[in-house]
Amino acid sequence: MLKFDHVSKRYEGGDAILDINFHLQPGEMVFLTGHSGAGKSTVLKLAAAIEQPTHGQIQLDGQNLSKLTEAQIPYLRRKMGLIFQDYKLLQDRTVFDNVALPMIVAGYSYQDIAKRVRAALDKVALLGKEHKYPHALSGGEQQRVGIARAVVNKPALILADEPTGNLDPELSTEIMRLFTQFTQVGVTILIATHDIDLINRMGQRVIKLHQGRLVKE
Amino acid sequence: MVKDKAPLPKKTGVHGVTMQPGLNSKLHAYLDAHAHALFSSLGRLTRAPAAFMMTVLVLAISMALSSSFYLMVKNFQQLTGNVEATNQISVFLKATVTAAKASALQEQLKLDPLVESVQLITPEQALAEFTANSGYGEAVNTLEQNPLPTVLLVLPKNALEDERGVQTLQSQLESLPEVDLAKSELQWVKRLRAIISLAKRTVFLLSLLFGFAVLLIIGNTIRLELQSRREEVQITQLVGATHAFIRRPFLYTGFWLGFLASIAAWFIVTVFLLFLRQPVQQLSEQYTGQFNLVFLDYAETLSLIGIASALGVLGAWWVLSSQLQALKPV
Repeated sequence: MLKFDHVSKRYEGGDAILDINFHLQPGEMVFLTGHSGAGKSTVLKLAAAIEQPTHGQIQLDGQNLSKLTEAQIPYLRRKMGLIFQDYKLLQDRTVFDNVALPMIVAGYSYQDIAKRVRAALDKVALLGKEHKYPHALSGGEQQRVGIARAVVNKPALILADEPTGNLDPELSTEIMRLFTQFTQVGVTILIATHDIDLINRMGQRVIKLHQGRLVKE
Repeated sequence: MVKDKAPLPKKTGVHGVTMQPGLNSKLHAYLDAHAHALFSSLGRLTRAPAAFMMTVLVLAISMALSSSFYLMVKNFQQLTGNVEATNQISVFLKATVTAAKASALQEQLKLDPLVESVQLITPEQALAEFTANSGYGEAVNTLEQNPLPTVLLVLPKNALEDERGVQTLQSQLESLPEVDLAKSELQWVKRLRAIISLAKRTVFLLSLLFGFAVLLIIGNTIRLELQSRREEVQITQLVGATHAFIRRPFLYTGFWLGFLASIAAWFIVTVFLLFLRQPVQQLSEQYTGQFNLVFLDYAETLSLIGIASALGVLGAWWVLSSQLQALKPV
């Protein structure tokens, strides 16, 4: 599903990641861990085609990301759900509109959108708050809006950056249970986190980065 | 990974499948998206009414200026509409020529192959006309005798095309013993035409300049709008928006600015002309009284609106094509 093949990324300040190799199978849930600055975010950005690798190849669902044209990237992004540490919600839109955004962008009709947005909000226990604005919600609630937005399009791959960073343990467990359900129908999930407890609880495959290098699988 | 191509509703509840909306619903959604962009861009503009009004007014003033210049020339051109009548040669006869002789000369000239028609104006007719039109009727009445000569108005054949023919005719007429002076007004007409074509070209250049100003103003407005919505644009790109999707609301913003400004410009120009109508009428009455102020007609109004709207979209497009690249998500 997602394959990193000798991937390096060099910024002006130095190498962010160096010679990274891994391969995620469909339906797999994998934790990406390491200290801040270890290169977790870079891996996610490369996988989402936000950045291009300096060396190496990234394959997503058989497609070589380096060979994508500018015009193909939006269609690639529709196959994935991105979850951000800082949520990246549109502050001047309601919860409903925020969650609906990937579907509006992909050109679904309003009926489909309404149905799927409610279903997604239901999964993150936010049904009933769809007409609120993000600033009226707590950090945890905003994080869940971001998660609902990432899953509304039924993506094949979910890339999550600290998805439980603002959630209490109970909600974290709930979200992880949701992710586990997704993997059962074939969704691949890559979660960057340094929540060791969570990782240990889940007992899933772990990729550990240290100073840009892969140190443990 | 399994790709399911079944229609949409059957798949709700199944995860891990990349779904594509059906063609029909896609078309609907596309039209919806356009309608939404059309109205939401207008809504967004009116959310900052002061800035919005100022931008529209600046645009409207530019458009009103170029439309006014255009109308000035068009009105001026009306004056040359009647010049066919003034292509004639005025032949002033000597005071010694009698009415009968003048009449005979008129008949003789009518037979000349270079002549289209000849009109005789007796001193009495001339005086009556002068008294009626000049406003000096009282003064004329105090004159003891009629100072005006007999005049033959000779209209040459193909006056405007055959300039040399007119000159030949003019010198022929002047050499006749009864004739005091033969004056052609062709020169004057030619000068007037030259002035008008110069004015037309000037208006064209000024319109280009004002059009460019409109393009810049709209471009800059869109650029500011794009900057203030930078985050939104980036997030939208992250959830899979194409450039076309991101461009759309901004293009509509450009359209609205151009469209609304052209309507405002139309009002400005019309109000100006209404304001000028009376003095123009008064001035015109002092001359022939045949001059009517011309406003923008339907076709011109539609072109104004059409060109302005197109400039709006173009200005937005121009900025978007250079700025979107810089707004890639980070």
